[in-house]
Amino acid sequence: MAEAPILAAEHVSLRFGGVRALTDVSFEVRPGEIFSIIGPNGAGKTSMVNCVSGRYRPTEGRVTFEGQDITRLGPNRRASLGIGRTFQNLALFGHMSVLDNIMVGRHHLLKAGFLRGMLYWIGGAQREELEHRREVEEIIDFLEIQHVRKAPAGTLPYGLRKRVELARAMAVKPKLILLDEPMAGMNLEEKEDMARFIVDLNEEWGMTVLMIEHDMGVVMDISHRVMVLDFGRKIAEGRPEEVLADPHVRRAYLGEADEVTQPAEETV
Amino acid sequence: MATVSLHPAGDYRTTYAADTTIFPTRNSRIAMILGIALLCLCPLLLGRWELSLMINIGILGIAALGLNILVGFTGQISIGHAAFFGVGAFASAWLHEAFHIPVWACIPLAGVITAFVGLVFGAPAARLKGLYLAIATLAAQFILEDFFARARWFTGGVAGRITEPLVLFGYAFDREESYFYVVLFFVVVMFVGAANLMRTRDGRALVAVRDHYLSAEIMGINLAYYRTLSFAISSLYAGIGGALYAHYLMFVSVEAFNILFSIQFLGMVIIGGLGSVMGSLMGAAFMVLLPEVVQGLADALSGGAIDRALKLGTSINYLREMALGAAIILFLIFEPDGLARRWRLIKAYWKLYPYSH
Repeated sequence: MAEAPILAAEHVSLRFGGVRALTDVSFEVRPGEIFSIIGPNGAGKTSMVNCVSGRYRPTEGRVTFEGQDITRLGPNRRASLGIGRTFQNLALFGHMSVLDNIMVGRHHLLKAGFLRGMLYWIGGAQREELEHRREVEEIIDFLEIQHVRKAPAGTLPYGLRKRVELARAMAVKPKLILLDEPMAGMNLEEKEDMARFIVDLNEEWGMTVLMIEHDMGVVMDISHRVMVLDFGRKIAEGRPEEVLADPHVRRAYLGEADEVTQPAEETV
Repeated sequence: MATVSLHPAGDYRTTYAADTTIFPTRNSRIAMILGIALLCLCPLLLGRWELSLMINIGILGIAALGLNILVGFTGQISIGHAAFFGVGAFASAWLHEAFHIPVWACIPLAGVITAFVGLVFGAPAARLKGLYLAIATLAAQFILEDFFARARWFTGGVAGRITEPLVLFGYAFDREESYFYVVLFFVVVMFVGAANLMRTRDGRALVAVRDHYLSAEIMGINLAYYRTLSFAISSLYAGIGGALYAHYLMFVSVEAFNILFSIQFLGMVIIGGLGSVMGSLMGAAFMVLLPEVVQGLADALSGGAIDRALKLGTSINYLREMALGAAIILFLIFEPDGLARRWRLIKAYWKLYPYSH
């Protein structure tokens, strides 16, 4: 591994009382990668992402971002380091317009505090707003949500909300973007769009992607590397085709039973 | 607040600056300028009584806007707003008497002092939410009330404190006709300030904390900071409102800032519309005018059978409070977004007429 990893988890364990959500998970995400985490429900995928984004603090182990230990860093501090994320269950600001939602992503890049904000024209708040507006509009163009930019986010259909959430995470200008099931609940067309956006933001916008996704087709198509979790333990990691071929993975996740217990399908 | 905009066809916005104005269309800007010009003429046209009502609306509107920033925009709760209003009133009077600072400077300074007091009492907000925060602010209400009664150096004790009128270039703003302009000036400044706040970084952060605090935190927003800041800004508005109140009445009494007054502020915010800047002013107007309407109704009915049955003349004070309570309940049930939404619907009706469906 020539290149230094952008994100590294070292022996991360997470316990809630007696429940072991994660046990000794280590992995590294290299710059420029699309890295996917897969696993059955309750395998600890979202817990792992929460340890990276700061929602949870690992019970043991540490998480480093660009060599810096961020294990105990508050979630709000990680945005300015360059970590953005979307949520599995939509977490938009429902009463704000789409545009304002995305502008919230710029929070750590904007400087004007409340006094300069109230003075607007005098302290330079307006200039700053308009500069960032321009950049935010590029994201809006990229994700093709121009037509809803003034609509309250809470009124949008599901597929669009997912896209607005991605836009908001992109507005953080992250080096690493965490996508928690970006395609859950979407139809085929929306999935294809989302997959294209993810590939583009990775290749053209230069964001490293850490993604949780259940749709194996998408995961295998666009990921550079895949990690498989099962019951909070890492059971495999590698290129998609290697992982697919791994017998542990096939048993744990893809639902293939052991040969001996395989039922005769013809009788069904 | 985002709402579906009724943006007229043909009004193309070609710059981002044109797309971020407070008043979205040219007509609304003209209406606002005309409205303020008309208000400037009021002292020439209206009597003292009407002017005093309008001054009250302005003063209470500023303080209500502060509470709206806290309750409506940030989603916190405070039932001690009147106490902060009181801090502003006493602080301004005290600054003038103790340090001989001119009154025009005392008013904003009183706002700043109140903001710091709000910061102290708002500190629990960094950790508490909902009912627990309500109780913490209730404690602030009683602690401050008790402080007012005991701190003679600050409030003049139970006797209250006499205040001086605002003097600018040798001219004393000591009558309704002149003080009206002072209040109008502060109303414009404070409301424009709030509207600006809501379209910039920190205002968005406050609303983000209200709508989804978990994702707000992931977006880099420091929850404890913004929850506390919201209290400080809210108290700043309360303090300036209170200071204006002190120099209008020329006398501040310790008993004025009780919990009932705090509830009235909450009523203004609910009736006007949570999360609406202009709604705060509408709510204040409603709250000031409601007793007048009740009084008017009682006068109109005096001598009749209803008057004799209910003894309107003697129980008018209770009737006012009942009307207030009823208004809050009715608004919560039928129009939880307050007068501001009603007003938007009326505007939309006329814009779309006759194709409102």
